[in-house]
Amino acid sequence: MLLRSAAIRRLRRLAPLFCVVALVLAGCTPDHYSQTAFRPLSDFGRIGDDIQTTTLKWAVLVFLLVEGALLYAIFRFRGKPGDPEPSQTHGNTTIEIVWTVIPALILAAIAVPTVRGIFQMSATPGADALEVQVIGHQWWWEFRYPALNLTTANELHIPVGQTVSLKMSTVDVVHSFWPPRFAGKRDVFPNRETRLWFKADSAGEYSGQCAEFCGMQHARMAFHVEAQSPGEFAAWVAHMQTLRAAPAAAAAPSMDSMRTASAGATVQAEASGPGDPQYAAGEKLFQAKGCVACHSLNAFDAPKGMIGPNLANVGARSHIGAGTLKNTDENLVRWIENPQLIKQGVLMPNLGVKPEEAKALAAFLRAHQ
Amino acid sequence: MATSALDQQRAHAAADHGEKTGLWSWITTVDHKRIGILYGATAFLFFLIGGIEALLLRVQLGTPDNTFLAPDTYNQLFTMHGTTMIFLAIMPLSAMFFNFMIPLQIGARDVAFPRLNAFSYWVFLAGGLLLNSSFLFGLAPDQGWYGYANLTSRQFSPGMNVDFWLLGLQILGIASLAAAVNFFVTIVNMRAPGMTLMRMPIFVWMSFITQILLLLAFPVITVALVMLMFDRNFGTHFFVPSGGGDPLLWQHLFWIFGHPEVYILILPAFGIISEVLPVFSRKPLFGYAAMVFSGAFIAFLGFGVWSHHMFTTGMGPIADTFFSLTTMLIAVPTGVKVFNWMGTIWGGSIQYRVPMYFALGFIAMFVIGGLSGVMHASPPADLQQNDTYFIVAHFHYVLFGGSIFGLTAGAYYWWPKMSGRMLDETLGKVHFWLMLIGFNVTFFPMHILGLNGMPRRVYTYPAGLGFETLNQIETVGSFILALSFLVFIANIVRTMRSPRNAPADPWNGATLEWAIPSPPQEWNFAEIPVVHGRDALWELKRQRGGPLPEPPRVSGKGIHLPNPSYWPPVAGLGVLVAIGGVLAFPTHGPWLSIAGGVILFFGVFKWAFEPAG
Repeated sequence: MLLRSAAIRRLRRLAPLFCVVALVLAGCTPDHYSQTAFRPLSDFGRIGDDIQTTTLKWAVLVFLLVEGALLYAIFRFRGKPGDPEPSQTHGNTTIEIVWTVIPALILAAIAVPTVRGIFQMSATPGADALEVQVIGHQWWWEFRYPALNLTTANELHIPVGQTVSLKMSTVDVVHSFWPPRFAGKRDVFPNRETRLWFKADSAGEYSGQCAEFCGMQHARMAFHVEAQSPGEFAAWVAHMQTLRAAPAAAAAPSMDSMRTASAGATVQAEASGPGDPQYAAGEKLFQAKGCVACHSLNAFDAPKGMIGPNLANVGARSHIGAGTLKNTDENLVRWIENPQLIKQGVLMPNLGVKPEEAKALAAFLRAHQ
Repeated sequence: MATSALDQQRAHAAADHGEKTGLWSWITTVDHKRIGILYGATAFLFFLIGGIEALLLRVQLGTPDNTFLAPDTYNQLFTMHGTTMIFLAIMPLSAMFFNFMIPLQIGARDVAFPRLNAFSYWVFLAGGLLLNSSFLFGLAPDQGWYGYANLTSRQFSPGMNVDFWLLGLQILGIASLAAAVNFFVTIVNMRAPGMTLMRMPIFVWMSFITQILLLLAFPVITVALVMLMFDRNFGTHFFVPSGGGDPLLWQHLFWIFGHPEVYILILPAFGIISEVLPVFSRKPLFGYAAMVFSGAFIAFLGFGVWSHHMFTTGMGPIADTFFSLTTMLIAVPTGVKVFNWMGTIWGGSIQYRVPMYFALGFIAMFVIGGLSGVMHASPPADLQQNDTYFIVAHFHYVLFGGSIFGLTAGAYYWWPKMSGRMLDETLGKVHFWLMLIGFNVTFFPMHILGLNGMPRRVYTYPAGLGFETLNQIETVGSFILALSFLVFIANIVRTMRSPRNAPADPWNGATLEWAIPSPPQEWNFAEIPVVHGRDALWELKRQRGGPLPEPPRVSGKGIHLPNPSYWPPVAGLGVLVAIGGVLAFPTHGPWLSIAGGVILFFGVFKWAFEPAG
């Protein structure tokens, strides 16, 4: 007879609902999500996370108080037939002032760290920062390292412990660069430079994606951030700088540099080399099918204004199709044969590549690590 | 002689409870109540279309890497879902109540400009039809309801999809502006004697503020859409960077309109539940003056917060700080409203009828939307939240949990007045619980997904990011939500098949619409009432010491009413042809638009010289 009151009985009837809510909440631990904003891996990311967590706590507190009071009123003031007319209150100045001032104070408690955070985030990175130009394309990302004269696509390599200063723009429509584990998003505009910076404090591969609707394949305009230890990053840079148009080096990297590359990236099973007939066939097709018109194979001193992603180290990347398709041999062949089937509307047309030609091209590209 | 013929006609009409029937009577009507019903029926159909679009989106997102919808189909559907729900569902559903209830609540016989009112409806219908006709050509808008430049330029959107969108919105803007002028003048000029501003029902107040917002916000989007039309068709470069234009300009213009638009969508619902809560708590609205001023303050601040939609564009710390603080400030008057609603039910004797269920549901859901709104008022946090499902969750808690719950409360509350029939209480409660559960199952998990990295406006997502389970739950929820509206439709059908049973004042109402028969006769008030205080009808009942007798249906002899007219729909057709004709510009030149202009001119000319009757 503890549960005498109608109100509590009614609450008990809602028990299954509470169970469902509890289940949903249990499934919402941030560790379940690789793009969560609650596990920041950089100084910049933590500024936003601190404020978000603070406001979330206030929001939950106010939610509980208001909804609790509402539920109380709903059960407590239930009218019964024959009840007299309740007291006809029109208002209460004191109470109204109190419930105007208290929210204002809570908001002030949020506003102070907010303004501090805004100014912290707008700081200019120091001269020791690594500058990266981020260029949005429908529907992939170009990354250029001006000081290193390197260009790559869809896989942003950064050193842990050094601030990276991103200077961003687009060659076509508005996009938004969003590496959720490291920073919030920043839109990119034509003819306008926007900036973002962060210092990663944890190595690993983390996904991000375009966050501003940018046309048919907005959903498949992803990228990955490869955060590497300073040593691994330096090795990657050294290796990438060998991928250049010098006559002797040709397009084919040495086995040596391939091993270096494998330090930081996922590398597929042994790739074919220049001696391989598949490779030679692929090299010819790369010219014949017009791939060269849109894709450069040089990471160092790469040409600007290419329509398609730089492929200098495509063989070593974890994904193709702008971070959306695992870079397996099978997927690479499928992509080359019919990119429109995988990513409808992608600017790469179906080039009428036969299955065996696609295999040769895939072998050729796989060797570009 | 003519007079006596008219009198005979009137007497005949009165004998027939003042009701004319037939399609022609609906096309030519200038009666605000019939126009209100036209708005409501049309908007509800568009609401169902928008809902079906949403279900298709949810099916596509139910599983990762789904191929149920092609990417361009998905993009068309999400664009049309947003555009439809905002411009063709929530706004005109509010307009239904403006039309039907404002004249009744202020004790007037009609709106100030009855034929302009009909014109507004027909133009609204034209805009809605033009927008949706794009589906027939497979050219539905696909650039998002907010149409960010420069994706909307001819270069990146060569198809006519964007043209359908911008021309459709342009037509709808004309309808909204004409209606806003009308209701503004009506509320200012046509209140019954004794109804001072601070005695107006709170719904009229919130509607009044909404009209001011419409009048100030819509010209901005009109100009922006004209600029976009010129960019796409006539070679200007307002938003085209290669010609020196700036896509960011569009974002500013759009949100200077777009943020007040949010209050255009929610203030009428604030008004509705501020009517429902006192009636079913049997005590007056708590803090009437604070409610009025907080509404006005929200609307005023609504023009100073637009750039909080743009924190990710990198406006710089000063602008970020300004727009962050103004946005947080809006939470104060909004909080005042919520607390005053709770003050209204506190200590009351709550009558649990269906309208009250939805009004209480509104408070519970709107609070969640308000709190998440405060969370992204902070730019450092918003950099993560913007353009994720967290935002989708937020504005669905405001626009569905808020506006739709409020409008549904209004539908159950005023149904007897509008139709003369009481909706079924049991089905209404089933509707409520299904809607509450379906709504939360659909939209609450979106908070979690958004904060954990799921962007919005994506036609699919890969497996492995952790998004699968909650998306699946949401899809199930969306069908529960759809089911709730099937129950509502069943309730409507059942009710409308049964005979009229509603008394004039089924809920012990506080406002003047409950003083006259259900449904009201064509002239509303046989005698214009005199108002002696706020809650005019409660005041009258108090003076008379109890419930009033059922008001008789009377003859409207001698009451002047405007004549029906078919010129407003003709003028509306002219607007459709003139603006829709821009679609033919690139291929056929301006001839269709010129023809439309001639029809419009002719319609307005005949309308102007039509005898007043």
